[in-house]
Amino acid sequence: MGEEVEQGKKRTLRQTLFIVGGMSLFVFALVPMYGLLCDLTGLNGKTRNEAQEVVDVSPDTSRTVTVEFLASVNESMPWDFRPVVARMTVHPGEVKQTSFLARNRTSTEMVGQAIPSVTPGLAALHFKKTECFCFTEQKFAAGEEREMPLIFMVDKDLPEHISTVTLAYTFFDKQKLVD
Amino acid sequence: MSTATTHDAHHEEHPSGLMRWVTTTNHKDIGTLYLLFSLLMFLVGGAMAMVIRAELFEPGLQFVEPQFFNSMTTMHALIMIFGAVMPAFVCLANWLIPMMIGAPDMALPRMNNWSFWILPFAFAILLSTLFMEGGAPAGGWTMYPPLVMQTGNAFPFLIFSVHLMGISSIMGAINVIVTIVNMRAPGMTMMKMPLFVWTWLITAYLLIATMPVLAGAVTMLLTDRFFDTSFFNAAGGGDPVMFQHIFWFFGHPEVYILILQAFGIVSQIIPTFARKPLFGYSSMVYATASIAFLSFIVWAHHMFTVGMPLTGELFFMYATMLIAVPTGVKVFNWVSTMWRGAMTFETPMLFAIGFVIMFTIGGFSGLMLAMAPVDFQYHDTYFVVAHFHYVLVTGAVFAIMGATYYWLPKWTGHMYNEKLGKLHFWLSTISVNVLFFPQHFLGLAGMPRRIPDYSVQFAGFNEISSIGGFAFGLTQLLFVYIVFKTIKGGEKATDQVWEGAHGLEWTLPSPPPYHSFSTAPEVK
Repeated sequence: MGEEVEQGKKRTLRQTLFIVGGMSLFVFALVPMYGLLCDLTGLNGKTRNEAQEVVDVSPDTSRTVTVEFLASVNESMPWDFRPVVARMTVHPGEVKQTSFLARNRTSTEMVGQAIPSVTPGLAALHFKKTECFCFTEQKFAAGEEREMPLIFMVDKDLPEHISTVTLAYTFFDKQKLVD
Repeated sequence: MSTATTHDAHHEEHPSGLMRWVTTTNHKDIGTLYLLFSLLMFLVGGAMAMVIRAELFEPGLQFVEPQFFNSMTTMHALIMIFGAVMPAFVCLANWLIPMMIGAPDMALPRMNNWSFWILPFAFAILLSTLFMEGGAPAGGWTMYPPLVMQTGNAFPFLIFSVHLMGISSIMGAINVIVTIVNMRAPGMTMMKMPLFVWTWLITAYLLIATMPVLAGAVTMLLTDRFFDTSFFNAAGGGDPVMFQHIFWFFGHPEVYILILQAFGIVSQIIPTFARKPLFGYSSMVYATASIAFLSFIVWAHHMFTVGMPLTGELFFMYATMLIAVPTGVKVFNWVSTMWRGAMTFETPMLFAIGFVIMFTIGGFSGLMLAMAPVDFQYHDTYFVVAHFHYVLVTGAVFAIMGATYYWLPKWTGHMYNEKLGKLHFWLSTISVNVLFFPQHFLGLAGMPRRIPDYSVQFAGFNEISSIGGFAFGLTQLLFVYIVFKTIKGGEKATDQVWEGAHGLEWTLPSPPPYHSFSTAPEVK
């Protein structure tokens, strides 16, 4: 094999290793890219995890939207968790209040964190919460039962074709997460 | 003359016994190792498939626990994909690429040795999980979180074995690229390369681009489980759906990694037995490249049901259907090559024609699955199982078997038993259709994948499918017998082996000398 071929081999080897290295970085870059895309579009149904200010409070009474509430606990978390009402009809721009009921069935103190998810995903950015128990972790004493409020508004920019919005909460055991 | 002989004899020298195989850097030895390894894994994965079909023979739980059943489906997939089909193609690359392009060996022989010897360790790790507390991985080969997080002690072993398999394939792919780009004989221009070499070159690029993605995804699973990260954990702000996106960004090119070389093999075999040059050579090259490109922009068709906006569904649906165009070009070219050819039907040709027909059936069911609105019915049913077994068993595996019959006389210097070869083909073809065709109906009727028990209305077709499965499994023992019998002896093969065979590998003696093309041949 001539010198030229050896040079060529080294060059191609460098190029292929560059692709392998580049793709290894790319896969980790996908994580923030995915997060950014979802923040911009709400594609994955995630809502803002902080209180949002409501400026315009004039409801659009010509339109009604059904909001459904779901509540579940993660894996084997020994809590009861359910919405006080399963669904309500709202006008876009109208501020509404509802609440969820949770009970710690164990005999020890537990800390839970509720994670919201909105379906369809495109409605997520238009579902605004001014107060929510999901903003902070919730500490429950042994056997404690508590009603937790949620104040929300579906904004008027909700795409026309969406008539039902589902808000699902999953309670996670915070302690288990840390362990 | 005498100096030439001693020179040759010197070249034949290599350590004997076990150390020859452990330390070898010879592309032919490594090709043989890959072939035997993949045959072994094919039998191990096949045995798991037999457990699956035995359990599904009738409704109810007969032989195994549901957890173990799910381990069987998961392990069967991992072993067949990474242990049987991919190493079989690397075997063919090692044996054939240097001989086809007139190179003395692969470009990076030591890395070649390493890329093979990692594999037995990777699969020893994977198979050892069968004996661990909590059982072998049972969450499906796609390793979706959060389900995969429930894997017991086997979890880190699963991740590390996937890492090792990835490293092995990346090294194999780099070797293929460096060899093809730099070591072609004078006159062997890119557009003169045999199509098998072309398809491997394109596949090798797919491999180096996607294997790091899989490695990254499983690394994130590992850190989620052990180091408190939350890439895919919703409670910590992550998103399990993101895993599906990353996984299938690797996974869809991966399915072409498992089939493009099969296209190359069939494009070598059909012209030989039709005694005509391949119809539309350059369109074959461009079609392969187009499929490779499209494979990067269709991943979400594996996850139509996760809740995508309509525009997303439409984009991935149309992009997926677009792949049927270059694939159709290929099928058209194979048929046109056979058209008015002086055809004979030796075993490799039978497998190649079987490939063209049955791969096309699998392609059509793929088109059905590509349609977003109907996919909601087919998703995760036996229809999907039928689809990918048609493209992978009657597609990839049939092409590999055809390739084995086609080149085995060249490698060993012995002809295989043609009668037994044909018997193997016909038994395989009949049983594989009895095995997988009824699964289309099961899927359309709503039978889900990955379940050990099912409701009684599915009993009839499952019974037929299982009978086909056992027959197909037994038939493969005949294949093993034929391969080993041919290695040991048989009628002497000529250099050209097949009357209509063209290409550099057929100019070498059968079997080829340990070191071939030490001086590059001139290609006109």
